[in-house]
Amino acid sequence: MNTLSNNTDFLLSIENLTVSFDGFKAVNDLNLYVDENEIHVIIGPNGAGKTTVLDLICGRTKATDGSIKFRNKELTALREHEIVREGVGRKFQNPSIYEDLTVFENLELSFPRGRSVWGALTFQRDAEVETRVREIAEMVFLDALLDKQAALLSHGQKQWLEIGMLLIQDPELLMLDEPVAGMSVSERKQTAKLLNEITKGRSVMVVEHDMKFVEDIAHRVTVLHQGKILSEGSMATVQADPKVIDVYLGH
Amino acid sequence: MTSLKSFMSRQELLGLLVIAAVLFVVMPLAMDIFRLNLFGKYLTYAFVAIGLVLCWGKGGILSLGQGVFFGLGGYCMAMYLKLEASTPEATAIQSTPGIPDFMDWNQITALPWFWEPFNSLTFTLLAIIVVPAVFAFIIGAAMFKRRVGGVYFAIITQAIAAILTILIIGQQGYTGGVNGITDLRTLKGWDIRTDEAKYILYYVNGALLIGVLVLCQIVLKSKLGRLLVAVRDQEDRVRFSGYDVSNIKIFVFCFAAVLSAIGGAMFTLQVGFMSPSFVGIVPSIEMVIFCAVGGRLSIFGAVYGTLLVNWAKTTFSETFPELWLFGLGALFIAVVLVFPNGLSGLYQSYLAPLVDRFMGGKGRGSDPDTSPPAADLTAAPSAKPAE
Repeated sequence: MNTLSNNTDFLLSIENLTVSFDGFKAVNDLNLYVDENEIHVIIGPNGAGKTTVLDLICGRTKATDGSIKFRNKELTALREHEIVREGVGRKFQNPSIYEDLTVFENLELSFPRGRSVWGALTFQRDAEVETRVREIAEMVFLDALLDKQAALLSHGQKQWLEIGMLLIQDPELLMLDEPVAGMSVSERKQTAKLLNEITKGRSVMVVEHDMKFVEDIAHRVTVLHQGKILSEGSMATVQADPKVIDVYLGH
Repeated sequence: MTSLKSFMSRQELLGLLVIAAVLFVVMPLAMDIFRLNLFGKYLTYAFVAIGLVLCWGKGGILSLGQGVFFGLGGYCMAMYLKLEASTPEATAIQSTPGIPDFMDWNQITALPWFWEPFNSLTFTLLAIIVVPAVFAFIIGAAMFKRRVGGVYFAIITQAIAAILTILIIGQQGYTGGVNGITDLRTLKGWDIRTDEAKYILYYVNGALLIGVLVLCQIVLKSKLGRLLVAVRDQEDRVRFSGYDVSNIKIFVFCFAAVLSAIGGAMFTLQVGFMSPSFVGIVPSIEMVIFCAVGGRLSIFGAVYGTLLVNWAKTTFSETFPELWLFGLGALFIAVVLVFPNGLSGLYQSYLAPLVDRFMGGKGRGSDPDTSPPAADLTAAPSAKPAE
């Protein structure tokens, strides 16, 4: 395979990506590119394949066809934890955190050191880990709650904790699946601020339904419909696109 | 650095000391050698229950086939002892002297190749650790790499327990069949059947148990211990944090297997025989019940759970032999429904606060310098016994 000719300047380039479940093409011949330091939002009606795209990138779902390249490295052949180690972080739709552990421990487990069995056995909670955990906790508004059991956090705080667990790994590409779902208005504002802050030095892909929130954060928007791209561009362009208004935004 | 405090809270240290006191002082004083030997036999099951705490309670991997590993350890030990008991002089009346008696009865005329290495005690001791570890690794790698988990894994381990029992019973000439390997006499010329030997073996067993508890405590207090809980609660999150989840599961499954095998080997030494009745489905499930009754999140609880159920079994099955199994079933249902965290859960909710106060109110988490007590979960999680 001629890798050179396929190489791009994009952080992430998805080309001709197809996945079919028993003949149903959830993602159909998709081409999508993410730039460095970009907040790229994917919107679209239910069943458009938004979450599936994220699943494909992070290796949770295997592609039927096509390629996903991250820094010109093919991801489709890698296993999930290897993709993470390449620098791709994924946040799930429902906050998935370790409820029985404290906030501190949640962040500590996500700290990218001692990831092998032996490494975990010999892992020491040293000054570097402590500093980093506190730094991230402050960023995601949880610095006062480090010793609290994660199960006792509010829904919004759990979402932040999970974002924090990703940030501590310092991924180059961060994928967030509906990060503000179920959040209060003030929490949404804080999250938008947080996202604008963390995008320095990394790219963020967001799947979101909340148009107000999308407007606040998006650099570029892709509208998916039935596994294909319906429209792409800035928020204003997309909102003005008659096709988008027709199938998604409504009149 | 790793001071005592960082891997053991006051409560846990107290727990360990109490168990040590019970094992080394109370029981030897309170019981005659016959009862003490029986107690020592129960304690060998505690090794399995402790392994299940790590594997099932913390890691969420329910194995219904721990008897397999208990048996592997026990059989390795028994093979060595049997060979030592089968000197040509002692077996002169056989048609082939110098091989174990059951082989002779089954018209086998030479020692099978896989019995040969068990002439060496060093090899045997290594085998007690390595054989179950390798076997668990193969099962674990085959299952966990394919993401087989939960109920499916439990059923497969149960099937393996059944298969191994059938294999042992079927290959009578090589394994002693349904009777097992019996009539074990000496270890390096030291008669293990005397009262003195039984005392010594009891203490060795107790020391090993304490050693295993300390080892488990170290594992649980390491980041790996917290990872186990994380895998149980949010496997995907662990995977998407860059860990190879299958390796963590394989490790804890192998670790539990080795603990079970140590218990099995001590069983053979103290009881003097090994048979397939400690390998199959029923003993394997009983071992899970020991762990559940003690509290599947507490390694100390597992020891007490094992002792309690076995004491009840001995007492009740002497009086009402036909009712015992119903009693055991009822006990399991009661644990699942009424006190899902077992004895340790009861202890945590009722006694632990009192003990804390008694020790000067300086219990867990009172030291602001050390970060939160790592994964002190004994009372925390919800009631979900079978997952």
